[in-house]
Amino acid sequence: MTNHWVDIKNADLVLIMGGNAAECHPCGYKWVEEAKAHRKAKLIVVDPRFTRSAAMADLYVPIRAGTDIAFLGGVMNYLLANDAIHHDYVANYTDFSFIVREDFAFNEGLYSGYDPAKHKYDKSSWDYERGEDGFVKADPTLQHPRCVYNLLKQHYSRYTPELVEKICGSPKDKFLEACKLIAATSSPTSAMTIMYALGWTQHSIGSQIIRAGAMLQLLLGNIGVAGGGMNALRGHSNIQGLTDLGLMSNLLTGYLTLPNQAEQDYATYLTPRAQKPLRPNQMSYWQNYGRFYVSLMKAWWGNAATAENSWCYDYLPKLDKTYDMLQVYELMGSGKMNGYICQGFNPIASSPHKAKMTASFSKLKFLVVMDPLATETAEFWNHYDEYNEVDPSTIETEVFRLPTSCFAEEDGALVSSGRWLQWHWKGAEPPGEAKTDIEIMAALYMRLRDLYKAEGGAFPDPIVNLAWPYARPGHPTAEELAKEYSGKALADVMDPKDPTKVIRKAGEQLAGFAELRDDGSTSCGCWIYSGAWSEAGNLMARRDNSDPSGIGQTRNWAWAWPANRRVLYNRASCDVNGKPFNPALKLISWNGKTWGGVDVPDFKADEDPAGGMGPFIMTPEGVARFFARGGMSDGPFPEHYEPFETPLGYNPLWGKGKGQVQNPAARIFDDDRKALGQADAFPHVATTYRLTEHFHFWTKHVRIAAILQPQQFVEIGEALAKEIGVKAGDNVKVSSKRGQIKAVAVVTKRIKPLTIDGRTVHTVGVPIHWGFKGVARAGYLANTLTPFVGDANTQTPEFKAFLVKVERA
Amino acid sequence: MALQSLDIRRRSATTTPAPMVRDGATPDVAKLIDTTKCIGCKACQAACMEWNDLRDDIGKNTGVYDNPLDLSGQSWTVMRFAEYENEKGDLEWLIRKDGCMHCEDPGCLKACPAPGAIVQYANGIVDFHEENCIGCGYCIAGCPFNVPRISKKDQKAYKCTLCSDRVAVGLEPACVKTCPTGAITFGTKERMQSDAAERVEQLKTRGFANAGLYDPAGVGGTHVMYVLHHADRPGLYSGLPADPKVSPLVRVWKGATKPLALGALVLAAVFGFVNYVRTGPKEVEPEDELAAQREKEQIHG
Amino acid sequence: MVEVTRREFLKVTGMTLAGSSVAMLGFAPETAIAEVRQFKLARATETRNTCPYCSVACGILMYGLGDGAKNAKSSIFHIEGDPDHPVNRGTLCPKGASLIDFIHSEGRLLYPEYRAPRSDKWQRISWEEAYDKIARLLKKDRDANFVAKTADGLTVNRWLTTGVLAASASSNEAGYITHKVVRSLGILAFDNQARV
Repeated sequence: MTNHWVDIKNADLVLIMGGNAAECHPCGYKWVEEAKAHRKAKLIVVDPRFTRSAAMADLYVPIRAGTDIAFLGGVMNYLLANDAIHHDYVANYTDFSFIVREDFAFNEGLYSGYDPAKHKYDKSSWDYERGEDGFVKADPTLQHPRCVYNLLKQHYSRYTPELVEKICGSPKDKFLEACKLIAATSSPTSAMTIMYALGWTQHSIGSQIIRAGAMLQLLLGNIGVAGGGMNALRGHSNIQGLTDLGLMSNLLTGYLTLPNQAEQDYATYLTPRAQKPLRPNQMSYWQNYGRFYVSLMKAWWGNAATAENSWCYDYLPKLDKTYDMLQVYELMGSGKMNGYICQGFNPIASSPHKAKMTASFSKLKFLVVMDPLATETAEFWNHYDEYNEVDPSTIETEVFRLPTSCFAEEDGALVSSGRWLQWHWKGAEPPGEAKTDIEIMAALYMRLRDLYKAEGGAFPDPIVNLAWPYARPGHPTAEELAKEYSGKALADVMDPKDPTKVIRKAGEQLAGFAELRDDGSTSCGCWIYSGAWSEAGNLMARRDNSDPSGIGQTRNWAWAWPANRRVLYNRASCDVNGKPFNPALKLISWNGKTWGGVDVPDFKADEDPAGGMGPFIMTPEGVARFFARGGMSDGPFPEHYEPFETPLGYNPLWGKGKGQVQNPAARIFDDDRKALGQADAFPHVATTYRLTEHFHFWTKHVRIAAILQPQQFVEIGEALAKEIGVKAGDNVKVSSKRGQIKAVAVVTKRIKPLTIDGRTVHTVGVPIHWGFKGVARAGYLANTLTPFVGDANTQTPEFKAFLVKVERA
Repeated sequence: MALQSLDIRRRSATTTPAPMVRDGATPDVAKLIDTTKCIGCKACQAACMEWNDLRDDIGKNTGVYDNPLDLSGQSWTVMRFAEYENEKGDLEWLIRKDGCMHCEDPGCLKACPAPGAIVQYANGIVDFHEENCIGCGYCIAGCPFNVPRISKKDQKAYKCTLCSDRVAVGLEPACVKTCPTGAITFGTKERMQSDAAERVEQLKTRGFANAGLYDPAGVGGTHVMYVLHHADRPGLYSGLPADPKVSPLVRVWKGATKPLALGALVLAAVFGFVNYVRTGPKEVEPEDELAAQREKEQIHG
Repeated sequence: MVEVTRREFLKVTGMTLAGSSVAMLGFAPETAIAEVRQFKLARATETRNTCPYCSVACGILMYGLGDGAKNAKSSIFHIEGDPDHPVNRGTLCPKGASLIDFIHSEGRLLYPEYRAPRSDKWQRISWEEAYDKIARLLKKDRDANFVAKTADGLTVNRWLTTGVLAASASSNEAGYITHKVVRSLGILAFDNQARV
């Protein structure tokens, strides 16, 4: 979230799209009800199903699954055509006036630079023109035909209300009603918040849907303001934290990235990451990349990390490609992986295409599962009726199942969607012999270190030199680790303005990332968390819930990254002179000497606004981008493409047999392409989701949750039910090209058939929560049905729009 | 907490007066359920089970979201879901948390023949004391909302206590505390009525001309009240009765003297049984019989 | 005369028969006791925690058996929302309100277990045995498949044949140490649950 949960109460309009906050985040959703009750806010819900959120909405607009870009593009077109945009904001805080290179082009759904053999773009033409001074060229009059504003307007002029209705099935009158409500928040004193979740991410075009939402918010001037923002509602309690900490194939902590193999030395690695400003007097904060990197390497390799060895640069593995989950299971399936460790994750259920998953896992030599619960993954080899039809005697994999503690049995911090790091305390011992994940990881590491010390082996250096400064090496405490990622001074840290002045003494915890240095004098495991545990103590454990701001900032409750900032980009809540656009909801302002207010300014604290520094300090431009440049793999503007399993077989933007149908830059493996279904055999559009009574695949082990929603079901509309001769409570068979499940049919008025380009399309709802382990009634894993294709940028699987056939069982 | 420390308004089947000397300290309390804010998440059901140490059977899906399907000895509150298409053709999902209404004039208490099995405290809460319950099921017949259920485990009647154990130490009921959207609130009845009035005004400005408070006079008002979008048609909310009254059977019972009534009960039982065996279905309309059987099953379910 | 329908009559008689109506004639309790259930949290130990499900990160209060004395072994027996928490303000959704059944789920794992190739069952093993076996498997695979340099001479120091999947609900501290250890081994097949 750019903003945070309580801030939603400051919104004048709430758009829930690509999510179902009332269902999946009920206690956060309450702030929507607060906004409705106390600010007379309106709620719009756009969803293929009339959800629990829709039930609370002032306006519900149905939409075909996977067509959100068409809808959002249509709204952008409405705003641009009706000039309902926040002019001061877009003129000063975005790339509206920047001029794009002449060789950039867009034709029939493809951007310039596409290589059809590789399914990849050469993105060099997706850039701004540079002047002789090296800076980006701009036309503040917005007259230049290739300024971003004109390209944007031209791009979305195709997305008319009629086209939206044709692609999305959203009735034109409802769509226009939504547009009118949204347009009203272009006023400087009115804000819309967007709340989204996996309904936007789990598409082959997921990242671009989110970009479209963000662009909409930029047009309206709703980023950086109280009650506004792009608010991703994370689905798990610490997936924000684990992503912040970089537990992904290509990341280091704090959104630093691992080197590619072409980057053979540190300087080559650093230069493109520590970008110089693209406009005069911009902050371009990533120029500090070296400080973050060096401090991380000092935290990990201590004295072994020196300037001479580029801070152990060679210790880091180098990427030839990204090894995301889908890529890994593809490799596993072709016999190229031997071992796998699953820590608190149930991929047999969570990843797409269960049959492929089972086949892939069966090729492993060994699997280690660490979990508090008996997961399906740990027993992928075990036969469970029709729900897991395998023959254990044919599966060679050795499996270890290690019991771990759960939340109640450990101390530590979790990061909420609102970026708050909140400390929690242990209340009891784990059951039986269960141990914490920390203890297990420490034990495995120490075993390996001792083996490498004793026997040697392949490149032992990074293992044997890993800094392990914990009082009891087999039991690092949460406190020790939190202090390590927050960071400390290894030598006295001097004031850059006065080199004789010590601002942080050796051994002290750092107050924040401004104190980080790239000379090895500081250590910090995760720069964006720097200051979470300062000399003032563990700020994540703070419990002062007072709110002098009156707008829900509670700055002394826990700690938010970065720098305890509660609303990101808050400099953009003020005009160019530093005065709040909406004084009633002031976050910060310029007092003539410094920036201050009820939030930590997302800006240089003493930067006079007259200097023209932009509010988006992380970009080298200093402004937000409508034109993504090379930041996205599938185009600088979001464009509607059909899901990989499309009910139409063509893209209505161009018509039958014309234009680009699906995301041209999405990665799909050959076998998985063959496992895609066509609409003639699988005519119904399925979408998977969570129910409010359950959490993922955990709560089928929880008795109360099992009582509240005991048995697997799918949801179909009355029209489809009639067509296939099914009534509520009957069993149905749902099949895709990849497998089939049986479930009880919930027949409902909440799912209506949609008319798409003249044809009727039925939506089928497939809740995900059942499986072959747990106290709830046994069921099929919903991923028996789902396709193995991901978003072009993030490889998030396309769970939200695929094809099935529903029939009587 | 012993009897003498409680402020008791009345007790079932008890001729000695309830201890009533304390006065004024305990306000009438009420729970207000705003159906217009309810997302049907069932947190109230979960919190009720958790606090009261109840675990119903793991049931089945019957083609609807409701689960458990009905109140039982283990489920003291359930959400009831109704899909309603309004005059404009827009869908409304009307979800109602069902459970004891804590009537000011409780039909269950009046019907109960077991001394002290049903009590009404001075704060208005109607509480069952199962150690005194004889499992006769009269409370069910007496209830205009069809709420109490006989437990399969111990053949005693159970229903929502309004968390009398929490309220007694100054806390709100478990369902109230947990409600994510604030659809359930708790306080003095007066405060709940004024909050409801304010909410109803808001709803009228948001397009619900017939919004209103459900606090039915036929049972003397209730200590559990609803805000409804369509107060003119409570039946839309899974059959919420428009004008609930204490059952005529209870009036029969209360009108007779106790020995006579008990005799009548036995007679009724015997007559009912014999009559059913000998002539039963032939004299009854089939739908009546089915309905009665269904209710019986519900009561014992 | 009060009108009693045939249906109501059947209903009450049916109930009476199936219940224990006759018992009431002589077996009503002597004293009519009226007391509320004892308040079960009176002196329980309260511990503050965070709900482990979604990312609203609701504050919770866990109530444990005993008062924390040396000889009292705690066991959490009740959980409700933390009213001080600025976001949830004491509320919990149905999942949060059921957390007690997660802690005490019959699906909780209690001991390290091992499944041998082609076996159809688990066998209990000790932690020491598990650690030794796993460390040995990891080292063997790493030593056999570690890539220090590519064919064209690039230093890459990576190990691709073993992967790690990190959790979605483990603490920052668990995540941090996991990342530190995994990268020290040169693993790239590393992911978390951010997308699913």
